[in-house]
Amino acid sequence: MIKLTINGQKIAAEDGMSILDAALAHGIEIPALCHDPDLKPESSCRLCLVEVDGRPWPRVACGTPVRDGMVVETNTPEIREIRRDILQLLLDNHPNDCLTCQKAGECLLQKYAYEYGVTFRTHEGARRGGERARFTDTSSPYILRDESKCILCGKCISTCAELNERSVLSFAGRGFETKVAADRDETLEASTCVSCGRCVAVCPVGALIDRRVREKKIRPWEADRQTIQCKACEYGCEYEVLEKGSERVIRPLSPSEGRPLCLKGRLFVEAEVSSELRTPYKKEETEKGRKFVRTTWIEALELDGILDRIAHTESESDK
Amino acid sequence: MSMTFEKLKEIREETLNRMNLRGFPSDKPNAPYRWSVAICMETSCMSSKSPQIKQRLLDLIVRDGKENEIEVVGTGCFGLCEAGPIVIVRPGDTFYYRLDVEDIDRIYESHLLGGEPVRDLIYPESITDDGYLSYFEIPFMAHQERVALRSSGHIDPEDIREYIALGGYEALYKALVEMTPDDVIDVITESGLRGRGGGGFITGRKWRATQASPGDEKFIICNADEGEPGAFMDRSILEGDPHSVIEAMTIAGYAIGSDQGYVYVRAEYPIAVERLEKAIGQANDLGLLGANIFGTGFSFNLEIRLGAGAFVCGETTALAASIEGRRGMPRSRPPYSADKGLWGKPTMINNVETFANVPYIILNGAEAFKKVGTENSPGTKVLALSGKIKNVGLVEIPMGTTLRQLVEEIGGGIPNGKAFKAVQTGGPSGGCIGPELLDTPIDFDRLAEIGSMMGPGGMIVLDEDVCAVDVARFYMDFIVDESCGKCTPCREGTKRMLEILIDITEGRGDETSIPRLERLARTTELASLCGLGQTAANPILSTLKSFRDEYEAHIKEKRCPAGVCKALTNNLTKDD
Repeated sequence: MIKLTINGQKIAAEDGMSILDAALAHGIEIPALCHDPDLKPESSCRLCLVEVDGRPWPRVACGTPVRDGMVVETNTPEIREIRRDILQLLLDNHPNDCLTCQKAGECLLQKYAYEYGVTFRTHEGARRGGERARFTDTSSPYILRDESKCILCGKCISTCAELNERSVLSFAGRGFETKVAADRDETLEASTCVSCGRCVAVCPVGALIDRRVREKKIRPWEADRQTIQCKACEYGCEYEVLEKGSERVIRPLSPSEGRPLCLKGRLFVEAEVSSELRTPYKKEETEKGRKFVRTTWIEALELDGILDRIAHTESESDK
Repeated sequence: MSMTFEKLKEIREETLNRMNLRGFPSDKPNAPYRWSVAICMETSCMSSKSPQIKQRLLDLIVRDGKENEIEVVGTGCFGLCEAGPIVIVRPGDTFYYRLDVEDIDRIYESHLLGGEPVRDLIYPESITDDGYLSYFEIPFMAHQERVALRSSGHIDPEDIREYIALGGYEALYKALVEMTPDDVIDVITESGLRGRGGGGFITGRKWRATQASPGDEKFIICNADEGEPGAFMDRSILEGDPHSVIEAMTIAGYAIGSDQGYVYVRAEYPIAVERLEKAIGQANDLGLLGANIFGTGFSFNLEIRLGAGAFVCGETTALAASIEGRRGMPRSRPPYSADKGLWGKPTMINNVETFANVPYIILNGAEAFKKVGTENSPGTKVLALSGKIKNVGLVEIPMGTTLRQLVEEIGGGIPNGKAFKAVQTGGPSGGCIGPELLDTPIDFDRLAEIGSMMGPGGMIVLDEDVCAVDVARFYMDFIVDESCGKCTPCREGTKRMLEILIDITEGRGDETSIPRLERLARTTELASLCGLGQTAANPILSTLKSFRDEYEAHIKEKRCPAGVCKALTNNLTKDD
């Protein structure tokens, strides 16, 4: 066991734990955009910088292991100033779209900008993706991808890569031109993306959005929310039900280890609890590459064989 | 084949005997040569036709059947690249400079056949009243001391036997047979050798940490991803003396318990890569690499990995990612490479020049190494001197040599009667050192004290015609290109700093420009993930320190005092 002090509070932590996890376990929140309890630390957003042992060089809480006797300050004026500057750098390269953004209310960038009093400002400088960023990738019926909102935290890439056979997303380009690309910088439709929604579940901002939720215009704060488990297979991945008035939609929630999330599961949950059965789509290899095509619920849930068999058996017993 | 000490000595003596004209006395000189002609075969001289000169000379020799009288050696760098292509005729070390291919005919006829040097082709500063100075006596070489470059210019880098002739691979024998791994690390630690890649970390401590790190598989990496503008030290060492690095890596492997090494070298160095490949092949053939070296049971395998042109891959964790075949992006440390480096195994990474010092230290001992240099920065440093300086080239100086000695004496001062403005050290991570700090000794700590850094050794001299803001813009442009894009402050902050600098140089600066720059510089320095971002603002901060008035002239008077910034040339007032 390791004893350390965070913001004057003496706490116990396990060896190998990061400062961030130790703090979180004791209800001390440290802002972080790229941290996810189920993923390896990226340490890329740099928001979780904290002061360690009074030294002038701050350390990232997510990537620094706790040490016995460590004294951590998470909220000094200097640290807050650095965080404010980092948030400003992110906002300076982010569209001012919170009014209509699907992520509003649960967007981490919005949350921290509010907390630290950082606002959008007009400037003549460059914007991520240039012209291209005006276009949203609408090729997938399940996932909306908006490059201009991406803060390059890398969580979507990490979670996608947790499953070897997926690994669709990766960084492309470098420096200011860095972006997240699907396969060889293709649309989600043309790529090998299986629409599992793992990336959507971890995106801290509005860069990856569940399209079917957005089409129903339900934002999380105005909905009754409930977590349910998928029953399509023994993994039991978690989905969230969002209910507003007579509308009920679902979205993938937990891609944690051993729970891969998949499109079939998603459609299964949709069929089970959503207020309306909307057209399912599946990806097909065509001569022109991969295409999303409309399908039937029976086909989407791979029920055809079972239904045939049931029908056959029942007609037999009717005889 | 398997190598023994006797065989090594045999090769040494055999080869040395035919090298006696090159200034290495041997007991039984057996070479009938009257002349030995060294022609520099380093990238810079090769680009000014040294291979054609060598070919022409060989043709002349064959035509006249003089093969037994004249030896022709393609060597590594002599240093004074600005005077290339360089040809040195021995005995006498007569220094011919900036030759055209046809000039070699005259040297052949007059000097080699007739014994009369060709005065008008000889480097002017080596001409005295009573003859010609040896290359090694010219003012450029005066303060130099060659340790890392000890064999460069003397041997044919493509012939392992010539490296062996100068004591090559004896350090390896000594380490493997006469020393324990601990002994080796102790000597390296005692020598005080510090990382020549620029960080200045104590090399022995790095070796010790990797040795102590538990693991049955460990790796040695040589970082040859030299990438900053104006740097060519590592390239020159690999081209001029590749075996010194191979031998050192093998010694390091023995010391830390690794049997596999990688040289990570940039693909933009084709000649270095080719020589290194050849050298590794020769070392394998002679049993100086591979299984059971010197019959000790120690084995070491060495492979080359090519970089794909990313500056950030000089950062150790990004370098490891690149070797593993992943995108070259740094990761947060800890864990450190000594614990979890390449493929998660303990890994020791040193720079080319650091390695090149190792055989010397093993053979001559820590004390010999410490005789040169300063207390905290013992030894020498190889520097690539370029920019507005008379003697552009590769130099190796004892640590503690002052910048003034470097610029005025070794460098020969600023050409065309211009005034010195600054020397840029440490590449994009370093800073500009103005005239007021010219007496600073070149060593790790003293350069850091004045807000610059040693860096890998690129030294770019700037004269009065250079605009300080434009220099900062140049380096920031480089950084923006080379930032990997992973962490927010470096990715976003460097771009914004560049935008402000462009605004200033194009007349759009205002009173907020400098404060904004300073604030962004601070954030990027404190918050970036790796060294690239943490030091990215140094060119701005250092030019602001020495040349703040120039920034202000751009901003307030819309005037570029050096007359460089085109958008402001209408407001040019200099010299009018």
